[in-house]
Amino acid sequence: MSVSTSSIKKGETLIDTAMTLNAMHPDVLVVRHPDSGAVQLLSEKVNCAVINGGDGRHEHPTQALLDALTIRRRKGKLSGLCVAICGDIMHSRVARSNIRLLSIMGARVRVVAPPTLLPAEIGRFGVETFHHMKEGLKDCDIVMMLRLQLERMNGSFVPSVREYFRFYGLDYAKLEVAKPDALIMHPGPMNRGVEIDGELADDIDRSVIREQVEMGVAVRMACLETLTGALPQSGGKT
Amino acid sequence: MAKGAKKTRTVKKKAAAATTATAASRAAPRTAYVNARLIDPASGLDAPGGLLSEDGLIADFGSGLFADGAPENAETIDCRGRVLAPGLVDMRVRLRDPGHEHREATVSAAAGGITTIIVLPNTDPVIDSVALVEFIGRRAGEAGLINIYPMAALTQGLEGKEITEMGLMSEAGAVAFGDGISSIDDSLVMRRALSYASSFGLLIVQRPEDNSLASDGVMNEGEIATRLGLAGIPNAAETICLERDIRLLELTGGRYHASLLSTADSVDVVRRAKARGLNVTCDTAPPYFALNEIAVGDYRTFARLSPPLRCEEDRRAVVEGIEDGTIDAIVSDHAPHHQDSKRQPFAQAESGAVGLETLLAVALDLTRESSLPLSGMLGKVTCVPADILGLDTGRLRKGAAADLVIFDADAPWKIDADQLLSKSKNTPFDGKLTQGRVVRSVISGHTVFHASDLDA
Repeated sequence: MSVSTSSIKKGETLIDTAMTLNAMHPDVLVVRHPDSGAVQLLSEKVNCAVINGGDGRHEHPTQALLDALTIRRRKGKLSGLCVAICGDIMHSRVARSNIRLLSIMGARVRVVAPPTLLPAEIGRFGVETFHHMKEGLKDCDIVMMLRLQLERMNGSFVPSVREYFRFYGLDYAKLEVAKPDALIMHPGPMNRGVEIDGELADDIDRSVIREQVEMGVAVRMACLETLTGALPQSGGKT
Repeated sequence: MAKGAKKTRTVKKKAAAATTATAASRAAPRTAYVNARLIDPASGLDAPGGLLSEDGLIADFGSGLFADGAPENAETIDCRGRVLAPGLVDMRVRLRDPGHEHREATVSAAAGGITTIIVLPNTDPVIDSVALVEFIGRRAGEAGLINIYPMAALTQGLEGKEITEMGLMSEAGAVAFGDGISSIDDSLVMRRALSYASSFGLLIVQRPEDNSLASDGVMNEGEIATRLGLAGIPNAAETICLERDIRLLELTGGRYHASLLSTADSVDVVRRAKARGLNVTCDTAPPYFALNEIAVGDYRTFARLSPPLRCEEDRRAVVEGIEDGTIDAIVSDHAPHHQDSKRQPFAQAESGAVGLETLLAVALDLTRESSLPLSGMLGKVTCVPADILGLDTGRLRKGAAADLVIFDADAPWKIDADQLLSKSKNTPFDGKLTQGRVVRSVISGHTVFHASDLDA
C-alpha cells in the first residue's frame, strides 16, 4: 500500500492508519515511511511484528543485512574488511544502517563525501571521514555508492551533476586506488553518470549490484520466516 | 484500556481536590494572610509576616503585621510559614484563540502561581491590529480571570515585511511587539522596526533564529540528530540572528528583548552587549536550563521545542547566564497542543510544550542546583519581567492589586502530565521529580486556585 493512494493522503494520521491495519490482524507489517521514527511510532501501536522497510533518513535494516550477506558471500567474511560508503551520507538511511551493522561485524567503515553531504558528528559513529575519493577509496575492499537525489544536485548541496561526477562519481580511474579485487555496491536505483559510471556499474568483475538485488529477496524472505515462524498457528516455537 | 480508565479517574480526583478558578472565586473584601514567609524580590524583603488585602488591593503587609493575631472582620488564611510572594508574571504564552482560551489559560496559570501573562501574537487571527488588542483588553477585565496583556505583531500578518501600527496598538494596550514564534529575517525591516519603536520607547521582542539556516531542522544539530536521522538546527542559527539584532540596536537605539536563549554563545553575546551598555534584556524557559537534547530520546515529540533542546554544555551556560544576571527573566513559553498534533512522526509534530503549571517548580530547582537564591529566582518571574514590560505588578506594594502566590518551596512533586489541569498534556517534564508546589493563587484578592490537599 502506498502513502499516495492510501487514506494518509486524505488526512488520516499515521496512528489511525496503524489502528486500521491492526484491526485486520496481520502477522507482519512491512512499513516504509518518509519520516524518521515513523516506523517505530507505528510499531508501538500495533500487536504484530513490524519490519522497517526504511524510515526517512534513519534506518534501512534489511538493506544493511542484504549488503552484509552479499559481501560475506563474495569475501567469505566481514571482519577486517575496509568498506568505503560514498556520496549522500546526510540523507541516507542505507548509510546509517550499514555503518551500524558493518561496524558491529568488525569491518572498518569509511565515509566519503563533500562536507555538505555529511551529517553533523558522523565521526561519533566510529567511522573515518574523507572528503576526497582518492584518499577515501585507498586500499578499501568494498566501495558502496549511494544515490544522490536530483533536487540535491543543482546548486543546493553540490553545484552540478557535472561537477559531482567529476569529483565524487565512481569510475575506473578513481577505483584504481582501491584494492585490485575491490567490489562495487549500490542500493539502487542508480543514477548512471551521476554517482557511478554506467560501464563500471555493469562490469560483472567488479560490480555486485545485481547480486545485491538477489540477496535482497533472500534476506527479506528470511526476515519474514523468522518473524512468522514464531507464530502459534504455524506450529513454530513460541 | 483498563489502564486508560484508571487514569481518567485519577484526573477527576485531582480536579476535585484542587479548587480552581470559577468554583472558588470568592469576593473577599478583606483577607488576612497570616503566618507567611513574605518574599518581595523587588525590595529584597524576605521575612516572616502577614499581608492584608482589601477590595482586591494590598492594604498592608510587613513582618510585624498581625503579630498580635489576625484582625476581625477579615477572612483569615493561614500560610503555615510558606512563601507568600507576588503572583508570577509570564512574558511568553501561546494561545491559539485568546478570547476563548482565556478561561482555560486562567485555570492552568493559576495552578502554576501565575497571575499575569503576555500572550504572543501568533493567534488566529493574528494580533496585528488595534481592534484585536482592544478585544483582548476587554476580556482581560472580567472578574476572576488572569491578567492578560497582548504582545502585538511587529509586522503585518507576521509576514516579516511591513511594520504594524505600533504606536496605536501601544495606546490600545499592547505591552510589547514581536512576531512571536517566528523571527524577522529581513535586516532592513528589523532595523526600521527597532528604529521606529525607539521613538515611542516600545519594547521589541524577538526569538532569534536565522530561518534559512534553521531550514527544515527539527532538533539540535549534532550526534543525536544524526543518529535519529532528523534534520538539525545549528546553534549558529540563533547566534547569528541575535548578534545581527544587537548590531542593529547599536545603530537605532531603543529597547530589545531576546526571548528563549538556548545556547552558550547566545548568553555570551547578550553578556557582551550588556557590558557595552546596550538596552538589551533576555529570557529563557525551563526546558533550556532543565533539559538537554537527550530528552528527545526515541522521537519523543513532547521534547520537540523551538528553539530545540541543546547539548549539555549549552544547558549549563544557560544556568550560568541566569545565575550571573545575563538572563533577566524566565518564561513558561506555554504552548498547548492537542495530542493529535503531537502523536505524529517527530518531524511532523508541532513544536512547543505546556509550561504554566510547571514553571515555578522547575525554576525552583535552580535554587537548589545553582547559587541562585530563592528571592533572586523569584525576581526573574515577577518584578523583572514586569519592569521590562512596564507593568505595575510583580511586587508587594501597598495599593497595588493583590495578585499573590502562596507556595511550599520544599513540597515534593512528581510531575504527572495526566494530572495537569491544562487540557493539553504536552509537557517534556512528565515524571520529573521536583520540589515546590503552589498552594494558593490570588488575583485581585480572589483565590483562583487552592490546592486544598496541601492545607489539609
